[in-house]
Amino acid sequence: MDILKITKENFAAAVQNAERPILLDFWAPWCVYCRRIAPALDKIAEEYASKLTVAKLNIDDAPELAEQFGVQTIPTLLLFQKGAHGEGIIAPESKAKIEEWLSQQGLEK
Amino acid sequence: MKQYDIAIIGGGPAGYSAALYCARAGFTTAVLEQLAPGGQMSTTNEIDNYPGFDDTVDGFDLAEKMQRGAERFGAVTEIADVTSVQLAGDTKLLKTSEGDFEARAVIIATGAAPRELGVAHEKELRGRGVTYCATCDGRMYKDKTVVVVGGGNTAAADALFLAKLCKKVYLVHRRDSLRATRLYIDALQKMKNVEFIWNSQVAEFLYDAKVQGVVVKNVQTGETRRIEAEGIFVAVGRVPNTAMFQGQLELDDAGYIVADESTRTSLPGVYAVGDVRTKVLRQIVTAAADGAVASHYIEEYLA
Repeated sequence: MDILKITKENFAAAVQNAERPILLDFWAPWCVYCRRIAPALDKIAEEYASKLTVAKLNIDDAPELAEQFGVQTIPTLLLFQKGAHGEGIIAPESKAKIEEWLSQQGLEK
Repeated sequence: MKQYDIAIIGGGPAGYSAALYCARAGFTTAVLEQLAPGGQMSTTNEIDNYPGFDDTVDGFDLAEKMQRGAERFGAVTEIADVTSVQLAGDTKLLKTSEGDFEARAVIIATGAAPRELGVAHEKELRGRGVTYCATCDGRMYKDKTVVVVGGGNTAAADALFLAKLCKKVYLVHRRDSLRATRLYIDALQKMKNVEFIWNSQVAEFLYDAKVQGVVVKNVQTGETRRIEAEGIFVAVGRVPNTAMFQGQLELDDAGYIVADESTRTSLPGVYAVGDVRTKVLRQIVTAAADGAVASHYIEEYLA
């Protein structure tokens, strides 16, 4: 499943009003750790394809959205379900940690 | 149950070098990596001390090259978190987030991670102003005031990197001089926005929703001082990732796996490579060398 690109323009439609759960990754091209989690997110997009959509937001293009969600460090992941999000996860150290976090919010593979 | 001749725990330069040599030697080889290749190396933008790159090389790019280089000869990468191991005996068992693995030999390449200061509320402030990687998070603090804690090469390099970006950098160190190499010290002393705070430790974090600063305490006089800063960069050394091996392998006092240049550990068929091993110099090039050496001794062991 492809990773969805989120911008200021499509945020409301693609994230806040989405039917499916959205795993949103706040990242930036200069963030070295963000690149590290990319392979794990690709794998999660594939393994959870029937359950959720993985999306990425480049905070350099939309600093106001990062501000709005209190994102101080990247990568920060937030899971949006029916427009609302729970506690995020910051710079997860493993794919397993991301899966554990998803599971705590009721999403299993 | 997945079965391989050789299971390698950790996909940094030591792990992928070992994978390359083992795969080329004809063994079925899996690298179990919890996130992405490269380990500590992959959070460094510029690597100038790994031979073969006449300009510079990005750590993440180099990691991907090492991964592809090993996979070209048949090594397999599994994005799996190893949760427990049984290393004694002829067949080694690894339990992971992606199921169980069996191997005839195990190479441990789990590396090391930044050491925490041990100051109250440190964990919860991580990501809210407390960070362990200047090259990762430095740009978030452009034109702001930051504190770097530590006195070694990492702290000095971080302070230098941040001094070019930030309004002001305080360097807090518990001794009265840096342990860093001359190169860094000279460069730092030329920066006008760097203030050294000697003989001092962080006693307390000041914060509301995010970090507002620190209280530092002079270890000789006991005097305290408040420093307002938005970012606290901790660079006080590293700890090896060996908790999982305690009780099975001989570790030294600092937690590193005891193994000499042969990379052989206290158990037959178990090898330790890279930063996780007791060694004098922890560098990418010495990590990569360990991988090759481990493969040599494994060939002997499995023969």
